[in-house]
Amino acid sequence: MKKRTLRFHPCGNYKERYDDELTIFESDFGRFWALVGLIILFAVVPYVVSPYLLYVINMIGIAAIAAIGLNILIGYTGQISLGHGAFFGVGAYAAAILATTVNAPFLLAVPAAGIITALVGMIFGIPSGRLKGLYLTIATLAGQFIIEYILIHWESLTKGTMGITLPTADIVGFPISGDKSFFFVIFIALCLMTWIAINLVRTKFGRAFIAIRDNDRAAEGMGIPIFRYKLLSFGISSFYAGFAGAIWAFYMISVTAEPFNLTLSVEYIAMVIIGGLGNIAGSIYGAVFITALTEVLRWLTDYLMNSGAFATSGFNLNLAPLREFVFGLAIVVFILFEPRGLAEIWRIVRSSFRLWPFSY
Amino acid sequence: MENNILLQINNISVVYSDVIQVLKGVSLAVEKNHIVSLLGSNGAGKTTTLKAVSGLLKPENGKVTDGSIIYKGRNIQNQYPEFITRQGIIHVLEGRQPFKYLTVEENLKVGTATRWLKPHKDDLEMVYHYFPALVKRRKALAGYCSGGELQMIVMGRALMAHPELLLLDEPSLGLAPLVVKEIFEIIVKINEEQATTIILVEQNAGMALQIAHYGYVMENGKIVMEGSAADLVKNPDIKEFYLGVGVAGDLRSYRDVKSYRRRKRWL
Amino acid sequence: MDFFVQLLINGISVGFLYGLSAMGFVMIFKSSSVLNFAHGELLAMGAFLFLALVTWAQLPILPAFLITLAGCFVLGFVVERLFLRPLIGEPLIFVIMLTVGLASMFKGILLLIFGGNLNTYPDFLPSFLGIQRGMINIPPVYTATLIIGLTFLAVFGLFFKYSSQGIYMRSVADNQKAALSLGVHVKLVFALSWAIAALVAGMSGIVLGIINGINVHDLSAIGLKVFPVVILGGLDSIGGAIIGGIIIGLLETFTGGYLSPSLRDVVPYIVLVFILLVKPYGLFGLKEIERV
Repeated sequence: MKKRTLRFHPCGNYKERYDDELTIFESDFGRFWALVGLIILFAVVPYVVSPYLLYVINMIGIAAIAAIGLNILIGYTGQISLGHGAFFGVGAYAAAILATTVNAPFLLAVPAAGIITALVGMIFGIPSGRLKGLYLTIATLAGQFIIEYILIHWESLTKGTMGITLPTADIVGFPISGDKSFFFVIFIALCLMTWIAINLVRTKFGRAFIAIRDNDRAAEGMGIPIFRYKLLSFGISSFYAGFAGAIWAFYMISVTAEPFNLTLSVEYIAMVIIGGLGNIAGSIYGAVFITALTEVLRWLTDYLMNSGAFATSGFNLNLAPLREFVFGLAIVVFILFEPRGLAEIWRIVRSSFRLWPFSY
Repeated sequence: MENNILLQINNISVVYSDVIQVLKGVSLAVEKNHIVSLLGSNGAGKTTTLKAVSGLLKPENGKVTDGSIIYKGRNIQNQYPEFITRQGIIHVLEGRQPFKYLTVEENLKVGTATRWLKPHKDDLEMVYHYFPALVKRRKALAGYCSGGELQMIVMGRALMAHPELLLLDEPSLGLAPLVVKEIFEIIVKINEEQATTIILVEQNAGMALQIAHYGYVMENGKIVMEGSAADLVKNPDIKEFYLGVGVAGDLRSYRDVKSYRRRKRWL
Repeated sequence: MDFFVQLLINGISVGFLYGLSAMGFVMIFKSSSVLNFAHGELLAMGAFLFLALVTWAQLPILPAFLITLAGCFVLGFVVERLFLRPLIGEPLIFVIMLTVGLASMFKGILLLIFGGNLNTYPDFLPSFLGIQRGMINIPPVYTATLIIGLTFLAVFGLFFKYSSQGIYMRSVADNQKAALSLGVHVKLVFALSWAIAALVAGMSGIVLGIINGINVHDLSAIGLKVFPVVILGGLDSIGGAIIGGIIIGLLETFTGGYLSPSLRDVVPYIVLVFILLVKPYGLFGLKEIERV
């Protein structure tokens, strides 16, 4: 085996082969910090934070999985989906139905839910894939409404507005319930899905997606079957949504159709844009940002309402509209001023630290 | 002589997307009421030169990075096309870009966009006078017109703006020889009757030099030769490369031209 | 039979409204190929501006109506100027997601100001507009809708066909580069198409508000129903939008009347998927004129 030396900050471009360009970590420095981060995440975080904060962190983890999926579609393949929230719901319901009717164990139900969602997603991908332009966006919009309708009205399967209650999840006999054990499940899943996504975009599939995004006509000319790859990308993205939805269902214990509306879909789009299009790590930042933003707004509205500032005026400050407004504003501001999102900001900050004080 | 110059391009460089340099110091001067033709092979930078003048580089992410373009004593480089067209410079794009879903007459009416009050009645008459073939097609959708008619539409459209300087980009592209002849006759007529100065970019060097007063030859983003049209026609190199006639007067095959070209370089 | 006729009339009126709402959408798409996901919010903006003028400012109907239209026009202009102008030349995907963001922003603002409840306008339509014949009842608002709608159609039809600004707008939609080379103010055209679209949207918002009451969620949902309508009619055809709207409206009311009320709101989207499968350019959409 070839002896390799540790690389820290190369002061130039020493890449000699294409493989070097494709590495995930540019230096062993980055690899080291990633490892430290993971150790802190798993060994420290669940034991020190408060239960409520742990719940929020868990929600971030679930949202991040779904957002990574959406980023593969929007950021890498250049297709917008407005049905991601509904696909998330399909995953949740699929897991719930599998767990209650055929007693599928957690480890089986979650990936199975992901696959079911991918299939459902591809059904909506078919009419759009043949066409150029933004027809997928419109088809997924239709998907969002049709799925919402089915979730509520197919009562024999989904129990309608009653919702489904899931049994306690267990992994080979060990029951997992409570925030702490779900923390490990969610974040191990997140690490796995991130690893898959990062490696996926380095393969021929990822390159095909990027080619389609940048110029579909040229991609077709180079022999990439666009329709198949678009559909594949859409399937993968739906799989991620379903996977996240399934974990969410087990975590929340009961599932109803209300949360999976268009607002949720827009929320995921916001995560992907704010995090950074075409950047897997960015989706995680986006999920953190949006979830944290929601919490800050929740705290803010509670504080304002309780402080009595509006009590006399009869003005009722609600969280939902404020959240809606701030999300919209965040999307608009990021697109106008930093279209590459938090990931780009993070890169700039990092490199300015690294290069300080000689930035040229 | 000096006052007679309408457009002066001084040593301009044009860069697309901040990296691709297309023009590397092009200078040319256009006298009033002249037809100046710009010759050169594909990719020499003729169209880019025209776009630099008309301001259409902007939407393509191109920029004049060096030098100046002076039109009637004013700097116009890197201005918006909305401004430049209102100074009287109209660019007729390469490859005939009609408004396909507008009728012929509506296409012509778009040409009045640069002027405030739009008395298009007389102008329409004027255009139909130059292009009588358009009269019976006036209600047809431009998308269904033939190539020759389209060339007439786009030139007529430009005339509606009463340009002082008309930039014509390859009007003969893909047209039958007879139609080309007709179009060139009309170009001369416009030049004479409307006192319009014309910059003509052409592949068809023989035709272009017949009607032009002055000519420039471009290669690789540079002007490599200039002279009055009459001189250029006699130049052996021009004959060789653009007119396809050998020094001895016999037609030579394309392969010979190429090998010759490899031996001898401009400048 | 009477039930059938009544449904037919309702369907046509509702559909006509959808068509009107879709008109503004098509206008934006034609001039700048942007799918405007904030269209429902533009409808809602118009409806609520009118509500505020009529109930809070106590203005008479006609001035309130005119001020609303002017306000929407300005709003469209400003939205284009502030949010879309900086994105000219950026990939379309950003522009579309920007409209998604704008939608959410506008919705938030309206909800913060007016809340999520159902509001209604005071009754102001003269009753002679209503038609009562046997069991068939055409409320005045439908007649008014038809009159306003046809007037707008005629005005804009003439505007696009004959006015020079209308011709410039069509020329930009057709071939932006050529329009630019002739000195057409392309940016002005973009701003104008947003302004006109917002104006038409505001007007449809008011009429929708008269019929269904004014509610942010309902109006923004109608903004999304524009998509089945325009896909059916063909994305770039204004006439197609009207006809597509009427078809969708009829489908909706008949499904609601004969099948199930809850299916009503989903039917357009089922049709949408079906249309995408069999006739992706819609009924009247232009395929490229291929020669040239």
